[in-house]
Amino acid sequence: MEFFRIKHDIPFMSYGKLTTAISLITFIIAVFFLAYKGLNFGVEFTGGTVIELRYQQPADLNQVRSAVDQLKYGESQIQALGTTRDVMVRLPNIKAKTSAQLSNEVMTVVKQQRPDVELRKVEFIGPSVGEELVTHGLTALFLVCLGIIAYLAIRFEWRFAVSAVIANMHDVVIILGCFAFFQWEFTLTVLAGVLAVLGYSVNESVVVFDRIRENFRKPNMRGKTVPSIIDNAITATMSRTIITHGSTEAMVLSMLLLGGPALHGFAMALTIGIVFGIYSSVLVASPLLLMFGVTRENMIKPVTVKEEAVV
Amino acid sequence: MNRYSLWKYLLIAASLIAALLYALPNLYGESPAVQISGAHSTAKVDANARKLALDTLNAAGIQPDGVFPEANTLKVRFKDAESQLKAKDLIQSALGEDYIVALNLLPQTPGWLAAIGGKPMFLGLDLRGGVHFLLEVDMKAAVDKQLEKVAGDIRRELKERKVRYGRVSRDRDSVTVQLRDEATLTAAAGAIQRILPDLSIQQFNKEGDYRVVVSFTPAAQTKLKNDAVAQNITTLHNRVNELGVAEPIIQQQGEGRIVVQLPGVQDTAKAKDILGRTATLEVRMADDDQARIQAALSGDVPAGYELVPMAGVRAGMTQSVLLKKEVELTGDNITKAEPSYDQNNNPVISMGLDSTGAAIFRTLTAENIGKSMAIVLVEKGKGQVITAPRINAQLGGSFVIEGGGMTVQEANDISLLVRAGSLAAPMNIVEERTIGPSLGKENIEKGFHSTLYGFIAISIFMMLYYRLFGVVSTLALGANLLFLVALLSAIGITLTLPGIAAIALALGMAIDSNVLVNERIREELRYGMSPQAAIQNGYGHAWATILDSNITTLIAGIALFIFGSGAVRGFAVVHCLGILTSMYSAVFVSRGIVNLIYGYRRRLSRLSIGQVWVPQQEKQA
Repeated sequence: MEFFRIKHDIPFMSYGKLTTAISLITFIIAVFFLAYKGLNFGVEFTGGTVIELRYQQPADLNQVRSAVDQLKYGESQIQALGTTRDVMVRLPNIKAKTSAQLSNEVMTVVKQQRPDVELRKVEFIGPSVGEELVTHGLTALFLVCLGIIAYLAIRFEWRFAVSAVIANMHDVVIILGCFAFFQWEFTLTVLAGVLAVLGYSVNESVVVFDRIRENFRKPNMRGKTVPSIIDNAITATMSRTIITHGSTEAMVLSMLLLGGPALHGFAMALTIGIVFGIYSSVLVASPLLLMFGVTRENMIKPVTVKEEAVV
Repeated sequence: MNRYSLWKYLLIAASLIAALLYALPNLYGESPAVQISGAHSTAKVDANARKLALDTLNAAGIQPDGVFPEANTLKVRFKDAESQLKAKDLIQSALGEDYIVALNLLPQTPGWLAAIGGKPMFLGLDLRGGVHFLLEVDMKAAVDKQLEKVAGDIRRELKERKVRYGRVSRDRDSVTVQLRDEATLTAAAGAIQRILPDLSIQQFNKEGDYRVVVSFTPAAQTKLKNDAVAQNITTLHNRVNELGVAEPIIQQQGEGRIVVQLPGVQDTAKAKDILGRTATLEVRMADDDQARIQAALSGDVPAGYELVPMAGVRAGMTQSVLLKKEVELTGDNITKAEPSYDQNNNPVISMGLDSTGAAIFRTLTAENIGKSMAIVLVEKGKGQVITAPRINAQLGGSFVIEGGGMTVQEANDISLLVRAGSLAAPMNIVEERTIGPSLGKENIEKGFHSTLYGFIAISIFMMLYYRLFGVVSTLALGANLLFLVALLSAIGITLTLPGIAAIALALGMAIDSNVLVNERIREELRYGMSPQAAIQNGYGHAWATILDSNITTLIAGIALFIFGSGAVRGFAVVHCLGILTSMYSAVFVSRGIVNLIYGYRRRLSRLSIGQVWVPQQEKQA
């Protein structure tokens, strides 16, 4: 069995303009939704109290909502959590009350309505913790990029490093855009997923870059142009790309379908990230590489300052 | 050429056996147990207590499944929950209130596995259920409190040395002493330097304005903050002990935060009440009149007096002390309680009071030489006498408590109790989480299932697509899972739900290395290489790519670990370990298996790696 019987190299680079345009548009749309709708930050970031309830029989959300509303806590959110029996109640921070008091009060009113309810989880996050998480998250993101640029610049060349990181940031922004568009809850676990995508997707670009470097060094590739060398590298790794991502995606989908609500956001971030990871490493990173003007000399003789000086 | 030298095979075999051994404890599950520990630091689970507990069980005919004495606890494992509950009640009534008997679950790891350090993975709260608190120590209050003490010390010292001084004022983070002239300035600075050598002391002398400014050096400030956190942790430990939680976790996190995790506890309100409680210390006068004590013991307590029990009663000591109800001093005035030694090298407790306390204490002791006083710890309105020493002379701001024949351990314990009675600085709860036990169980189940089904799906595909090489990849993937689980168990990393997600993702990503190798071998075959050369080159060429891609992923993982907190960190640890084990298993172990299968065949005409499609063949056909 072999899925990929590609006789000739696929001229990916000739679609460069088209794919760059598509990427740019999706990127802009993602940024637009991020700016316009914003992320629906989870309680870890915003502070507040989250209570998870489980009913023996399917719960009526409106009933729960009216019960919680009569406590007059201000802006509270009631939503189903995965199943019809699980309900999540999200309350803002209330100065005069501790979360234990809050959860006890909520439990009393919902128990009055329906005795078949069980308290599953209470989570309270003070307001100061959230800000810290955002700063730490952004620092982590920045350092991951810096580390990857540094490593790729040493192992390959700066053009490779910069293209890979831009392609990856493109993935990250698109995931964030999806979360903003659908207003999915952005929790700490999702952040872990997004940062994992950054590492994962760069992995993909590296595999293609590795092939490009190898092709530059091969004697029988000497006469070929840079775009056709890149095309050859992408075509040669195509089969591996699809199979690897298919396998990882199988794992992630298994988490998405079977992992329950706790892993849902994480698996969702990865699902989107992997799909765009394939796309971006093939159709974003490589055209960028070409745009930055990679040449054979870049790889064979790493020092190419002279050439740039002449131009 | 596709043969490993013997040591490499042995290394693979040895690592697999070790991984199997250390992963094994996870399969044994847990059984009910009780855990006995001291209710306060003076109650030790010593040989006597152990013997008493076990004798009680024997007498009642309950056969423990295993007995595990540890530093200051005793864990007894039982076959079923019924005998566990019975044993808990029996032991509790036999040992009395000074001991805490908590229900617990103990791993059923066989003795021989435990002996080589095998233990099951430590599950985080999201998988076990329980309460999690993140407390923030109010550092500003800690510094304020300390500066207040410094100001008092300076006033007292200058008064004692008869240095005339003006106002002593406390600013945001310094204490300023106003002085009259150059001479008093030097004298004051010298005196302060002597009593507070760790602080930064600056003299100002400008146009008739003479001042000494005392502030904490950065080092002293760091020490102060660390001490505040350390003392609060000690206090929390004492309080949590009362809750009877089997394995509480109380740790410092970051500069001024403390994590408290109480597995199995569901009642947050009670937990919070106990954590946030303020214990107070009181110094009161005792009555030594034997006749009156006897009368009080038989029920006739004189008016204005009360009988207060001794904490951690030792042999040869009275059970209760008759105390006046008036409180002479409170714990707020006590600044220091440290174990030390007197001239004869006997253990004593060296105490320090602030200036107000010292003044009161001076009069009190002058009037009561020869009588006894008592230091009482009051918690929840219930008093306990920590120590009741006799006053031998007039005492000032610092003095020592000598106990007749006090041991070093006792001196340590009493000073700890005096210190631990109150918090060094107030704390706020900034994060709180309660996870029900059913949710924890469900999380494990769901995490396990998603990993299992993902693994099966990948394995089936790999075996269909790459045939024998697919089987090798699956074996390598299985080995990877084994190594990861063994590492997590042996190192004792807390496994959380994001950690399980990281295991699943590690497997999904580890397959990448296998695919890279297999595709590369196919490619080499396509170019007409001999099977043996294809294996050799396939692994060789793939290695550079595997290394680069894994290192970049590792960079991301390490950054996550350093900057992440909570869920992110739990994910990052497992993620990083997973990358390392996957490199080992996908390259080294899988090559070992392939070598064993193919490396020793002389004439190898084809490899079982699925169909290798060669473009030229099709042209000819």
